[in-house]
Amino acid sequence: MQTYKLMVNGQAREVSVDPGTPLLWVLREELKMTGTKYGCGISACGACTVHLAGVATRSCVVPVSLIGDRPIVTIEAIGQDRVGRAVQDAWVAEDVVQCGYCQSGQIMSAVALLKIRRNPTDADIEESMGGNICRCGTYVRIRKAIKAASQQLA
Amino acid sequence: MAYSHTIHGSSAVLILIACLGWSSTRSLTQDNSQEAGSTKREAGLAAWQQVYSVLTYPRCINCHTATNYPQQGDDRHPHLFNVHRGPGGKGVPALNCTTCHQSANADSTGVPGAYNWHLAPLSMKWQDTNDNILSSTEVCRSLTDRSKNGSLDGPGILRHHQQEPLVLWAFQPGRRRDGTERSLPPLTHEQFVAATRIWVEAGTPCP
Repeated sequence: MQTYKLMVNGQAREVSVDPGTPLLWVLREELKMTGTKYGCGISACGACTVHLAGVATRSCVVPVSLIGDRPIVTIEAIGQDRVGRAVQDAWVAEDVVQCGYCQSGQIMSAVALLKIRRNPTDADIEESMGGNICRCGTYVRIRKAIKAASQQLA
Repeated sequence: MAYSHTIHGSSAVLILIACLGWSSTRSLTQDNSQEAGSTKREAGLAAWQQVYSVLTYPRCINCHTATNYPQQGDDRHPHLFNVHRGPGGKGVPALNCTTCHQSANADSTGVPGAYNWHLAPLSMKWQDTNDNILSSTEVCRSLTDRSKNGSLDGPGILRHHQQEPLVLWAFQPGRRRDGTERSLPPLTHEQFVAATRIWVEAGTPCP
């Protein structure tokens, strides 16, 4: 066990865990922040996506020992960001969600995309969001919502 | 008069012998020099073959691809999870290389890592678009082409092999998710650098 000081959603948090513990489980089990989901555990589905120093990151494969002092942002706080808020608004307006399980990761990835590419094309969306899997098949609404958020941010 | 002719004749013979001797010496020196150069080139070519064996091993060639995506595994299959090369070989927004690959191996989760994880540029591809590994000649010529290799000269290539974190990673590639070690290139890093040095000092000859 080792003690780690993490900056999560702007707050300093301290955890004592095994160094190999993936960030996902630190968030869910140590910090009781269950907005970030476990879908596969092998970075295949994107449900666990958080932002690590602004980079969309698969928290299920990043051990807490490799985080360092990089700030972490999770779905719980993404609405505090202008781009995050626009994405959330668009998700509601376009009625994107079906079961909802993948959507934390979808939103985090969509925000990361719009922060870099404010006006993404269909190809951009397909490439950037292609690693986030939705069993319910809400892809069409996701694409529509990303474009709506893009227009709101313009 | 006869004596004079004899002296002149003898002198001429002596001069001729001297010239022949000098010529032989010069020729011998040239032969030695040529032989040394040839030996050095042969040693360089032999060393290159060792370097080539590492460059085309999966730990290296999986990122020196000719495609729009990296490869994975000893069988060099396309990287899973819809990963794309992206601009600069670093992936695309929201799906960068560093979305998963951190600055060190994550043995607890099986994800390899090293500082600045990314693909080599397409100019440094060591396979063709049909996933066939390029020949020793082709890789050598590509690697030594300064218009393709980021303007590296011989010493620069040696430094790259000595110091680049992603090169170093190939010799300490970490564990897979199931706990098994990833396979290693046919040389150790020290041997790889030594072979590179011999090749560079021989003038980076290509077969």
